[in-house]
Amino acid sequence: MNSVTVFFQTTGEIIKLLMESIFWCKEALGNREKIFKQVVEIGNRTLPVAALISLFIGGVLALQSGPTLAQFGIEENIGGIVGLSFVKELGPVMASVLVAGRVGSAMAAELGSMSVYQEIDALKTMDINPIRFLVMPRFIACIISLPLLVIYMDVIGWFGGALVSSVNPDIHVPFSVYYRNLSELVDFSDVLNGLVKATIFGIIISIVSCYVGLKTRGGPREIGTSVTKAVVLSFILILVFDYFITRLLILLNLD
Amino acid sequence: MSARTDIVDEEGSDTKSSFKRNTPVAIKITKLDKSFRGNQVLRNLNMDVKPGETLVVIGKTGSGKSVLLRHIIGLEKPDSGEILINGMDVEDPEVRKKHRFAMVFQSSALFNSITVAENISLYLREHRVFQDENGIRQIVSNTLSIVGLEGKEDIMPSELSGGMKKRVAIARALAMNPDLILIDEPTSELDPMMARTIGDAILNLRKHVEVTQIVVTHDIDLAHYIADRIAVLDEGRIIEVGTPKEIDRSTNPIVRNFITTQFEREEGGTRL
Ligand SMILES: Nc1ncnc2c1ncn2[C@@H]1O[C@H](COP(=O)(O)OP(=O)(O)OP(=O)(O)O)[C@@H](O)[C@H]1O
Ligand SMILES: [Mg+2]
Repeated sequence: MNSVTVFFQTTGEIIKLLMESIFWCKEALGNREKIFKQVVEIGNRTLPVAALISLFIGGVLALQSGPTLAQFGIEENIGGIVGLSFVKELGPVMASVLVAGRVGSAMAAELGSMSVYQEIDALKTMDINPIRFLVMPRFIACIISLPLLVIYMDVIGWFGGALVSSVNPDIHVPFSVYYRNLSELVDFSDVLNGLVKATIFGIIISIVSCYVGLKTRGGPREIGTSVTKAVVLSFILILVFDYFITRLLILLNLD
Repeated sequence: MSARTDIVDEEGSDTKSSFKRNTPVAIKITKLDKSFRGNQVLRNLNMDVKPGETLVVIGKTGSGKSVLLRHIIGLEKPDSGEILINGMDVEDPEVRKKHRFAMVFQSSALFNSITVAENISLYLREHRVFQDENGIRQIVSNTLSIVGLEGKEDIMPSELSGGMKKRVAIARALAMNPDLILIDEPTSELDPMMARTIGDAILNLRKHVEVTQIVVTHDIDLAHYIADRIAVLDEGRIIEVGTPKEIDRSTNPIVRNFITTQFEREEGGTRL
């Protein structure tokens, strides 16, 4: 098979998995314990690292733009600049990259090893649908967790920016000025914009990682290959979709 | 009281009523063909299994035994030919509504992230067979005792030896109260003592449930120990079917060859 057919076949299969996962969401309530477990798992894997990287990204944003703004005497706008970049772009993208790396990889490994060691076949013989049993809880957990993680990272990132702005002598903007400007410039629609992106990235990560995991054939080596594949494919799709979602939101005037 | 109550307690009034019924199935396979990327594995295979019997399929490695089982349980689709379960096509959804099939995989295929008890009770929970935990706990401990693993409920699969995994897999299959149970290589890679224990466990099943069993193995001794009938699979075809005694008397050179090589191996083993 040439690569064009493979591309279309893979795309088709991923969309089919997405549709089936959406279909099985009707059983979400009965599986809420499983979903909750996944959400907790995502939290455990991401919250500490997320705090650390947000703090530093917020800080570096302030460090990059602050001194330039100060040269023109408009450094009081630093809060809005850091706030907006974080909420609309860096928060969702960084959160997704983190989730893809730490959670998507684990999903691909887990489902990959279940495929290789015939656990998926065993589920089928027990009349348990693997998509309902394995994919749907991860899918919903990602949709719930990613927006929450983005809000968490936004808040810490803003704080990182505020900290650098007030401490760095070249910027020298106190907390009160920083946060006043931030609340003036960042609208609820901007936050929403970021959360929409995060939700879509959550869908991408869970479906792509589960798809790659379930398609794993062979042995332990292939499980490793699947993990890499899931992470790389998620990264690519996150960044490509980021552009198109942004474009769409601008068109819809939600930007 | 029938021995079957060992698995499902009759009093459990909140049990799904269909779960308690056991009707061993008959299987008729005709002209089954299957190839993987040009490699023809099953060729025009015909096989009959009678309700409630233990049929042992023997054959050398790579002869297509696992592929045959995967067709019967519906994990593979035939290229051509048909598999009838009590007269209904295996892919007919009605089959799964009327009967429960269980399979013990060659690799055991236990769910590694959950305990032994959770493995065994997964079917019951997911299909909401019981309203209460008591019924589930009862089945878990009953099936574990049938395979000789009392009290191992809370162990993780990774802590079990290969033979114990196999027995948990058998217990897991049994907990479905199946009408048909397929067991792939129950004794491969096990020492003779353990092979005997597993053989006993399989024989024991028949005392507890009315079930049709198909057991795949290349261990001719196990086949003699547990089989009502033995089918010999070679190059994707069933070349001989009969009771263990009939197979011993077979004049087919391939069957003879298969039996005698096994005996030589056994003798070599005792000499050591
Ligand atoms: N999914 C598959 N894709 C490609 N080839 C396969 C597949 N499954 C089985 N085969 C091939 O089918 C043949 C029979 O395999 P099978 O596993 O049924 O053998 P077996 O009789 O169970 O052997 P063993 O005693 O070693 O378990 C082998 O040549 C194997 O390579
Ligand atoms: Mg096999």
